[in-house]
Amino acid sequence: MSAAAPTVELPIAAAAAQGYWTGVFRRLLRDKVALACALVLIAIVLAAIFAPYVAPADPAKGAILKRLQPIGAEGFPLGSDELGRDMLSRLIFGGRLSLMMGLSPVFFALVIGGFLGIVAGFVGGRTNTVIMRTVDVFFAFPSVLLAVAISGALGAGIANAMLALTVVFIPPIARVAESVTTQVRSLDFVEAARASGAGAFTIIRVHILGNVLGPIFVYATSLVSVSMILAAGLSFLGLGTKPPDPEWGLMLNTLRTAIYIQPWVAALPGALIFVVSISFNLLSDGMRSAMDVQR
Amino acid sequence: MTVPLLRVTDLAKRFPLKGTLFGKGGVVHAVDGVSFDVRAGETLGIVGESGCGKSTTARLVMRLIEPDEGRIALAGREIGHPQGVALVEARRAMQMVFQDSFASLNPRLTVETSIAFAPRVHGVAEPAARATAHDLLRKVGLDPARFAGRYPFELSGGQRQRINIARALALSPQLVILDEAVSALDKSVEAQVLNLLLDLKRDLGLTYLFISHDLNVVQYVSDRVMVMYLGKVVELGPVERIYDSTAHPYTRALLSAMPSMDPAHRTEAPPLQGDPPNPINPPSGCRFRTRCPFAENVCAAREPLLGALEAGHHVACHMAHAGSGHSNAPAGAARAA
Repeated sequence: MSAAAPTVELPIAAAAAQGYWTGVFRRLLRDKVALACALVLIAIVLAAIFAPYVAPADPAKGAILKRLQPIGAEGFPLGSDELGRDMLSRLIFGGRLSLMMGLSPVFFALVIGGFLGIVAGFVGGRTNTVIMRTVDVFFAFPSVLLAVAISGALGAGIANAMLALTVVFIPPIARVAESVTTQVRSLDFVEAARASGAGAFTIIRVHILGNVLGPIFVYATSLVSVSMILAAGLSFLGLGTKPPDPEWGLMLNTLRTAIYIQPWVAALPGALIFVVSISFNLLSDGMRSAMDVQR
Repeated sequence: MTVPLLRVTDLAKRFPLKGTLFGKGGVVHAVDGVSFDVRAGETLGIVGESGCGKSTTARLVMRLIEPDEGRIALAGREIGHPQGVALVEARRAMQMVFQDSFASLNPRLTVETSIAFAPRVHGVAEPAARATAHDLLRKVGLDPARFAGRYPFELSGGQRQRINIARALALSPQLVILDEAVSALDKSVEAQVLNLLLDLKRDLGLTYLFISHDLNVVQYVSDRVMVMYLGKVVELGPVERIYDSTAHPYTRALLSAMPSMDPAHRTEAPPLQGDPPNPINPPSGCRFRTRCPFAENVCAAREPLLGALEAGHHVACHMAHAGSGHSNAPAGAARAA
């Protein structure tokens, strides 16, 4: 028998122990693309929140003589729409509804779908089969069709559109949550936790959630852009917001008749939808790679 | 005779295979009628090829999977039996160290939190649990000031396995099941961790169930050795009997495949041919007969039972038991197996 084992076996990097999330945040800051996207999103969100202070004019006040002004016209920095309302102000105010329509369905779907998926993945067996096969039924429909069908059946309106979008996003989130949970559940540290006599609830809280929420959250972030586009689509079809409320999808719809007169002004809401959704997508990509790295 | 710390009787586990659309799948007999005792303070080594049921046996004993048949008694009290010991209590007395040091630690928890988790579950207050964790870190040779706040990915494999050992000791168990606990480590680190395990055993009065495919390591740490083949125990006895007066042809084949530094100990016996038979449909009679150089008709006809050769040395082979009908069986009156 040799003497007691030595205290240190390998000279390891003497880096101070850091929290996992600190490391993720640091790597995210180093990712220029993700950082730029985050800044763009923060700017747009802040502008939407403080719209009354930021917007130069009343978004609902029209001027019939100054319809469809070009970008840079006097008093209309981004032109005016078909009723002579200031485009810049309408875009800023429109961000409120559009962002809400993009974020809240995903948030609710994250809560419900995440719960279903984690339960299905952790319990397994018959419970898993019941939950996941039910989810698969919703998967059979294309998401656009499902959203249009549900909000069409419920009637036009913001709340119904959001409800329809929530239903659309529950299945993919539940699917991702289930697969991540199943994977984590089979790891030895969950076995070790069971061996220590911990109950299912404690194991989920301490050992499962911390390892699955990250990936699920990243996936949900990438859905925000889809949600915004779908919400804009519903509004475009007249199933979401109603005029005169400013909303990017609806603005795109009402301005489409002016596409030959002021193409640049008419394209502005679409451009904003594009910028916001691609920012969410790139940010979620950046978050994924920032969380993947083990060192 | 004293009551053994752990007594496993006729343990069996069958895993049903997923059936296809047009038929039921088969059943894998992972562990089939395994019985053994572990005495307080000893190390029982379990060896065998991959897939022979070593790890399943460990998980059955820990009740991480439910046995189909059999009884497990801890210090004479059956686990889960109304008059026995409750499963939660049994889990305080038995803990397990897994092979994969990385997968068996939660990557999101600090070392300290991982070790303190089990005491917290059993109602120990936070500061006391943390003090236990620091104490255990010191016991496994890691400085709490440097390591308590670290995350698993900041540690080497040997350090992680030390953490796993500390975590297993956090509930002050009597029996620790080491399932290939050192197999994934580098040889030099493996030796350090083995010595740590032996020191801990001496200092804390532990009992080990040591599962490994490495015969050298098993010989080094074990008091007694159990050899498994296809879910059955083929030989069980004191370590020196198993290694020096091997009775079962399978054990002999295993040992002959063991590299030796000593030319006098090198065996010329041919290594085992082929793969183990399919456990879905094991051979009739003796399960080893398909690969056994001494197989005769009796081996296919009757299953050899685990019988005593000498005090404490048991073997399941017709050749070892008189009156079995095998031509190599010792002469003499038939002895009850």
